[in-house]
Amino acid sequence: MDRRTAPEMTAFQLNGVVVEVEATPGERLSHVLREKLGAKDVKIGCNAGDCGACTVLVDGVPLCACLMPVQRAAGAKIETLAGLVKADPHAGALVNSFQAHQAAQCGICTPGMMVSAVALLREIATPDAVQVQDALGGVLCRCTGYRKIIDAVVGAGAVPSAETAGDVGTSLRRLDGLPKVTGMEAFGDDVAPAGALVLRVIRSPHAHAGFTLGDLDGYLAAHQGLHAILTAADVPGLNAFGVIPGFIDQPVFAVDHVRFRGEAVAAVIGEAAVMAQLDLEAFPVSWAIRDAVMEVNAALSGAAPQLHDGRAGNIMCGGHVACGDADAALGRADVIVEGHFTTAFVEHGYIEPEAGFAEMQGDRVVVHACTQAPVMDQDALMPILGLPRERIRIVPTAVGGGFGSKIDISLQPFLALAAMKTGRAVRMTYERVETMQSTTKRHPAQITMRIGADRDGRLCGMTFDGDFNTGAYASWGPTVANRVPVHASGPYRVSDYRARSRAIHTHCVPAGAFRGFGVPQSAIAQESLFDDLAAQLGMDPLDFRLLNALDNGVPTVCGQVFAKGVGIKPCLEALRPAWEAAKADCAAFNTVNSTLKRGVGLAAGWYGCGNTSMPNPSTIRAGLRADGTVVLHQGAMDIGQGSNTVIPQIFARALGVSVHQIALVGADTDLTPDAGKTSASRQTFVTGNAARLAGEALRREMLSQVNASPDAVVTLQDGTVAVTDGAQHFVLDLARLSPNLKGYVIEVNESYDPPTKPLDANGQGEPYAQYGYAAHLVVVEVDTALGRVRPLRFTAAHDVGQAINPLLVEGQVHGGIAQGMGMALMEEYIPHRTENLHDYLIPTIGDVPPIDTLIIEVPDAHGPYGAKGLGEHVLIPTAPAILNAIRHATGVRITQLPATPARVRAALKEAGHA
Amino acid sequence: MAYLVAASLTEALAALDRGHGAIIAGGTDWFPAQGSRPLQGDLVDITRVEGMRGFMPDGSGWRIGGATTWTDVIRAGLPPAFDGLKAAAYEVGSVQIQNAGTIAGNLCNASPAADGVPPLLALGAVVELASTAGTRRMPLADFLQGPRKTARRPAEVLTAIHIPAQPDKAQGSFLKLGARHYLVISIAMVAAVVTVEEDRIVKAAIAVGSCSATAQRLPALEADLTGRAVRDVLLAGAALITPAHLSPLAPIADVRGSAEYRMEAAATLCARAVAHAIGKQGKSNG
Repeated sequence: MDRRTAPEMTAFQLNGVVVEVEATPGERLSHVLREKLGAKDVKIGCNAGDCGACTVLVDGVPLCACLMPVQRAAGAKIETLAGLVKADPHAGALVNSFQAHQAAQCGICTPGMMVSAVALLREIATPDAVQVQDALGGVLCRCTGYRKIIDAVVGAGAVPSAETAGDVGTSLRRLDGLPKVTGMEAFGDDVAPAGALVLRVIRSPHAHAGFTLGDLDGYLAAHQGLHAILTAADVPGLNAFGVIPGFIDQPVFAVDHVRFRGEAVAAVIGEAAVMAQLDLEAFPVSWAIRDAVMEVNAALSGAAPQLHDGRAGNIMCGGHVACGDADAALGRADVIVEGHFTTAFVEHGYIEPEAGFAEMQGDRVVVHACTQAPVMDQDALMPILGLPRERIRIVPTAVGGGFGSKIDISLQPFLALAAMKTGRAVRMTYERVETMQSTTKRHPAQITMRIGADRDGRLCGMTFDGDFNTGAYASWGPTVANRVPVHASGPYRVSDYRARSRAIHTHCVPAGAFRGFGVPQSAIAQESLFDDLAAQLGMDPLDFRLLNALDNGVPTVCGQVFAKGVGIKPCLEALRPAWEAAKADCAAFNTVNSTLKRGVGLAAGWYGCGNTSMPNPSTIRAGLRADGTVVLHQGAMDIGQGSNTVIPQIFARALGVSVHQIALVGADTDLTPDAGKTSASRQTFVTGNAARLAGEALRREMLSQVNASPDAVVTLQDGTVAVTDGAQHFVLDLARLSPNLKGYVIEVNESYDPPTKPLDANGQGEPYAQYGYAAHLVVVEVDTALGRVRPLRFTAAHDVGQAINPLLVEGQVHGGIAQGMGMALMEEYIPHRTENLHDYLIPTIGDVPPIDTLIIEVPDAHGPYGAKGLGEHVLIPTAPAILNAIRHATGVRITQLPATPARVRAALKEAGHA
Repeated sequence: MAYLVAASLTEALAALDRGHGAIIAGGTDWFPAQGSRPLQGDLVDITRVEGMRGFMPDGSGWRIGGATTWTDVIRAGLPPAFDGLKAAAYEVGSVQIQNAGTIAGNLCNASPAADGVPPLLALGAVVELASTAGTRRMPLADFLQGPRKTARRPAEVLTAIHIPAQPDKAQGSFLKLGARHYLVISIAMVAAVVTVEEDRIVKAAIAVGSCSATAQRLPALEADLTGRAVRDVLLAGAALITPAHLSPLAPIADVRGSAEYRMEAAATLCARAVAHAIGKQGKSNG
């Protein structure tokens, strides 16, 4: 007899409790666990078994819950992270070690990692690194670079070290770390109220097409449970968004034609159960396909369709920096190298797809979603919704990775419009293919560069020409165009320089902000050519770089001179022991191996922190309550990088108390002042300074209550504020002070804006108040017969000025290297073809080799306690270091990224390798 | 629309005979293919069908139940001829995928890059298909007809794979080339089953995946290897492989690699897979 399990109930044990649930035939276990049983600790990243975030134990066996029909779970024992943390001693140990090792950054993959690790530890109590890699190989992480996860599982049995007081310079665990390792963290898809309507977007399947919407009223009427359809006609204000004034060009809903595959044309809103069964392919829209240009050269040709009025030739904008006379210098150079380099679209690959919900609260619309920039979300929604700022509230959820793409709005306008139209709470989560098709990417670049040197090895002229495929809409393309010429020299003294960049429109997904804003691409060209130059000069590549490295008092290509804080030389010097050892190791290996060849490569990088020559303020609020609690309103979005920990550490140092005594209020446009966007490696520097100023101001206010001297010691204890000034001891009489409307007896608001100066027509000026510096070394092994490149180990030196939290510094370094590795070796987003996480490859736990992080501290003149930004600096040297190592191993220069096995093999053959 | 958990083959076949049911086993290919589209028709779950999971002696060969998972393959006690199949099992997706995905599902999904196919072809696998009309068998090579295309009729279940008896000393190997570790679709892969006696290859079976619409055995190469001294084969390496040996292959160019590259990688991998099998002779304990 058939056992028809629908519409009957399915019963199983969930974390020790018998549950019974009604589900549709073949409903994914992941969906049932999250939506019907409240197990939001089971994360969904791809719904295809590619990311492993949804891993649960079924009768002790790790499985992707997204690939399991719930009916098959009948009678089984299901364990998720939240249950394991309560009941399983291995999970308890992992909770500790994951925090101690900085193994969770954004936290979205953490449940999958930890559940997989529990299954391993049940079989093997003390696994080695390889066993951990095998067991966790099915879970993707985009933040950590995996090595800390390996360490955390290998070291799960170790006794945890005592937590520190958390002063600046100490490796404090994340203050927000516990929810990430217990499954309690609430991301974009975890916060919608029960009964929220669901929104889905109708998107173009074509890169360039006209379209006509059919009978929408008829469609609505024909589908019971649908509440509304949104199109361009439903946008009350401006049907456009963007991030840069003058470049607000992307419609919320396309009006009559689309410019890229994945562009939104309409949205359907309905009851969750109805939406789950809705076939979007039947939506009434007809398409008229038009010719599309997908590459820069095609877009620049005379016959190319023009994407936007006023951007003739599909050229959106450009950037230019020049100093000295580059052509004359190249004319007198003893040695000149030239190269042409191309890079691909790179997908951010955060494991959390865009998600959130919106609802009305009175006449206000409130959007809860993952974001890197809550106030910019507000800025973007105001004209679209036609509402003033005070009627829009942005409540960021935890962010499961961003890396630049979540600076732009994505689903926020859809949700807000839907809530306004229906009056109901409306939620949405992008599908993996949707996030890959429609959200911004790293710009593909075509770069031609010439660099000269005199016979002593000093640089003598440099020219750079770069065209960047900016896709269909502007997003952060202008920023990339501006930043690249400023940075393309690398952190070197170049007296004669000319760099030009252009952002070119194509019918591709918009390219925008991605960790480094174009600088990783330019560094590939410059650092590769530096090795070619060194080879032609017969110089050691490290010596060549040191000879030409920037220094205090030496002007940059923008003519900016720093009196202190230029840390590139110490970074390069720090690599020397590893460099000399690796050269010897590789030589020894290569004498006894013919097919496998090893090489060592290095590369340097720099990155200006904050906006380029533009205002870029952050504001921090803090207050003292009458009950003696110090509250820090910290609005800098923590997308995994650690601002929820670093900013309080800085504030606590300035106030002169332990960070553990500070109560935190997280980002919310109603509660936290604008700390700017989490981008451009600016939070530690800019918001950190605002936090320092706020801590100092609060301290001054406290001390002034008792007329204590500036050196007095503030002690927060048992609801009192005590001040010890030499031999004198005071206790603030908080009861005498009257609280303000926010409940504070003392409130401070402090802002910081980095001092920059505008760039003139030749890009001369002071674009950034601060740069951070980096140098990487990598040893690779090339299988010359197959073209496979395997990095074996990295040494990464980073000048961070002052490490606020060395544990978090290492986390950023590891994660950036993993992304740089991916960019170098495997990542290539091709519209229409790699729109999922099995055709688009990011590094797995088996790919990232050990990383030795060398923290260099050359204090900055402006940074809080000398600190510099770090996030983006990391991946800038990684890819060129790998390419230089391939060259060292094989003599072959790879100029097209990613260096896939097929491309490397083709280059090897061309160079005459067997 | 219903979800039917079949307890027996008879139940499963009866359900499929009604004409609107799709088979689901591990679900590792079914769900990604389905995406977020709503389900049409019934799902017939065959993972609890009696006797469809595990390895059983079958005359002088083996019978592998269709619903055997890749983890089952890894954990089974099998002779060294199956080492290639085991190595392939380790390469299927990830632990999570190996715990769910089935050997029959891998074959019925008919991806040109199915990890399980080359080792099974090298072992001379025969598939068993059952329907209410009866049971039929055919060589795996005939069952696979093209990308996503097999000889399975809509109401048929791939119930088992039969592996004929292998020489006592037969040693299997498998190599997969991808752009990363774990969770990767291969650019090319090769399985070999090699029998060496008195330092000569007496039998060789070699199959290549991801280099043609369906994975292919290389009979000319197998014939050329047979009778050769192990030393000569190891010394020659990829130089041993001629274009004629690879003539069954017709690789395409895609995001993972060019056709030319695949052809060349196939030759390299063939030589290495044979060398691995030779190197492991007598050292494998199953």
